[in-house]
Amino acid sequence: MLQAHSAPKPVRIVALIGNPNTGKSSLFNALCGMNARVGNYPGVTVEQKVGRLSGSSEPVDVIDLPGTYSLAARSADEAVAVNVLSGDLPQQARPEVAIVILDAANIERNLYLFSQIFELGLPVIVVLNMWDRVSSEGLTVNAELLSQRLGVPIVCTSANKRQGIDQLKKVIEQTLLAPAPIAQPEQQARALFPVPFHLEAKRLTEWLESKGRKPTTYQVDRLLIDTDGHFQKTICQSGLPDIAEQIDEARVRLQSAGCKVPMFETKSRYAWVRKLIDGAVVRKESRIASPSDRIDRWLTHRWVGMLFFILIMFLVFQSITLFAKLPMDGIQWLQSQASSGVEAVLGPGALRSLIVDGIFAGVGGVVVFIPQIAILFLFIAILEDCGYMARAAFVMDKLMTTVGLSGKSFLPLMSSFACAVPGIMATRTIENRKDRMVTLLIAPLMSCSARLPVYVLMVSAFVPQTKYAGGWISLQGIVLMLMQSLGALVAIPVAWILKKFFFPGEPATFLMELHSYKWPSLIVLYQRVWERLVAFVVRAGTLIFCTSILVWAAAYFPGDHRSLDASVATLEQLHSEKAKWTSPTPTKQNDDERLKVEDLLVENQKAIDEVQEEVNRQRSNLIETSFLGMAGHRIEPLVKPLGWDWKIGVAVIASFPAREVIIATLGTIYSLGSEQDEESQGLQEQMRQAEWPDGKPVFSLATALSIMVFFALCAQCSATLMTIRRETNSWRWPIFSFTYMTTLAYIGAWLTYQCFRFWS
Amino acid sequence: MTLPTIRLDELGQGESAIIVEILGEDVVASRLMEMGLIEEEPISMVGRAPMGDPTEYAVRGYRISLRRNESTRVIVRKEP
Repeated sequence: MLQAHSAPKPVRIVALIGNPNTGKSSLFNALCGMNARVGNYPGVTVEQKVGRLSGSSEPVDVIDLPGTYSLAARSADEAVAVNVLSGDLPQQARPEVAIVILDAANIERNLYLFSQIFELGLPVIVVLNMWDRVSSEGLTVNAELLSQRLGVPIVCTSANKRQGIDQLKKVIEQTLLAPAPIAQPEQQARALFPVPFHLEAKRLTEWLESKGRKPTTYQVDRLLIDTDGHFQKTICQSGLPDIAEQIDEARVRLQSAGCKVPMFETKSRYAWVRKLIDGAVVRKESRIASPSDRIDRWLTHRWVGMLFFILIMFLVFQSITLFAKLPMDGIQWLQSQASSGVEAVLGPGALRSLIVDGIFAGVGGVVVFIPQIAILFLFIAILEDCGYMARAAFVMDKLMTTVGLSGKSFLPLMSSFACAVPGIMATRTIENRKDRMVTLLIAPLMSCSARLPVYVLMVSAFVPQTKYAGGWISLQGIVLMLMQSLGALVAIPVAWILKKFFFPGEPATFLMELHSYKWPSLIVLYQRVWERLVAFVVRAGTLIFCTSILVWAAAYFPGDHRSLDASVATLEQLHSEKAKWTSPTPTKQNDDERLKVEDLLVENQKAIDEVQEEVNRQRSNLIETSFLGMAGHRIEPLVKPLGWDWKIGVAVIASFPAREVIIATLGTIYSLGSEQDEESQGLQEQMRQAEWPDGKPVFSLATALSIMVFFALCAQCSATLMTIRRETNSWRWPIFSFTYMTTLAYIGAWLTYQCFRFWS
Repeated sequence: MTLPTIRLDELGQGESAIIVEILGEDVVASRLMEMGLIEEEPISMVGRAPMGDPTEYAVRGYRISLRRNESTRVIVRKEP
């Protein structure tokens, strides 16, 4: 009570930065728990992750900066990191301390980034992570000596085993209490830059100051070193276009003074690193290959490596289909149990329909993805953490370069054959933003498992059962296979076009670190899987749910459902009577009574059939007069060139939230009740009998093929679109995907129909 | 006497060499240098991917995968 008037403590800010694959996210989770706030930096598509340091006496926010090898500020990620650390980002207070995480088993290369951070004028804490790997890699690291030489605190951690975390927290608090000294110029790698460069840097600083700017030393260095770097662009745009001329002149002078740009920077920095670690980091130099190299000799071997890769992929996808099936069936069973539970309590009506057909179907549509996502991500986490993922990318790279992507795109695309949702989420493993975007945008073209029921229905109803090669090859099988591969084939030119026109620029570099193999850590596996699941359920789930409700409403309103509800009630009454009579009664029955019951049953069945027919007729009437049905009639001229009538149009619109819905919708429209599956003989028969007003059959081989091609190429999956929205943090890309895929689907379906309409 | 130089991609499995020069001043060249491929640094070839590209190299105590269009930028001198 006494402290009620005291102002809230200001939040202190620290930033976490390091190379990719240094265990940065594990360390972040270890420091902050798993309640990170994820968003976007203003104006750029770089993920902003902030967490609250747990167990700290005052509130401390930890900013997790994107993993980067350098602060040269060439890419958006690097620019964000530099701007955050220099306090140049609007709406983002400057961190008070930079926590630099280094891979203890690869200190030399990791110190390169450190040498740049060391020049930003911030107190620094060094974390030597993966400390448990130091001795197994044949290294001796004298952290104390390094700490003395740098004049900064060093903490050794193994984040995946939660070792050293408390010590690190203590050091963070101490550093915030009494700010550590900032690196002196003579301590920095910059001191080793050649003299002509220092002169040019001074000259440029003076020129900028004469124009009223106050550049930091680091910014001036970057301006001089990076060709077309980020700072040059921002300064040019901020009304100082002359800067380009100044820089060009300075570079010419540097060239003639024998100072090679940009080579001198890396050379000086690595020289500084060498001096720093001399005697402090000792590697047992051996000519013999390490155990990891020996494993690699086999796992990247021409034949063995390829075979192993195929085996692993086979195992992963078999496991997904095998292990996900049971929980998925369970979820569907729960959904149907819950629905019948509600039906038992609630009479037919709008509320019941909303709960069963809207809410339960919507929630089910989200929850049903969870097993697949969990299993795929468990495998991805295992493969990533043990080090094989990078090898898989290494093995597949050559193949993927033919479409302008890299080996890292292989697994996300392969996963999309099961379901695009986990596939798109798996694109996070691709560091190159452009590659990631192209992969993410073509992933929904891969034939996912929800397309299969549609193909099966159409193929078995309309493709002739012709057999070739003595019955071994069937035409139906060939069509099915073509449909399954159509999306992937179309994805090739699409990827090429996207790469060429939407994500052009810098030549693709594929410098990838291949870490030593290790046993995956359980904590890391748990965290990865949990993170992805929460992200999916919270972010994509809510939106998928809303779309389901919207489509339900469009199909339900504005029709008058009273007489349908009455018929449904009668039907349920008849069913419960039937159940009563067919259940064995304990009392002895004589023949008379048994005959009487049989008569009653026959009568009851007749009534059921009649009412069922009535219900089906009313359902199909109601859907025709619903908003959805009206839309179907409205778009008939649009879908007629594809060989579709308004009913197919309605079914296709209704299936935009989830493509597998088309079968249930077709069932409803063709008055069969909504309980249809792809092998229902009734639905196939009804479809074959459907006629245009002039008496010609609606469905022909051409129509069936046109529907299948449409489904193969169209983005009829709200879950996929919402996942794209989440992963790109923008509405632009789901809208783009939807537009390009629907256009492709329409053109593809039209071409197919026009080609085949005269054939059958 | 200077030894004859070759491109890094010409290095055979298990062979080692000393880096002489990185060609070019663009992003690829800078990236290679940032990753520690600097003049006078030893580098050795660990193995090629099954389809012949990319290739795994050992440099500065770690393993890096380079595509051919990157490794051709690196001029090396085979160790005698």
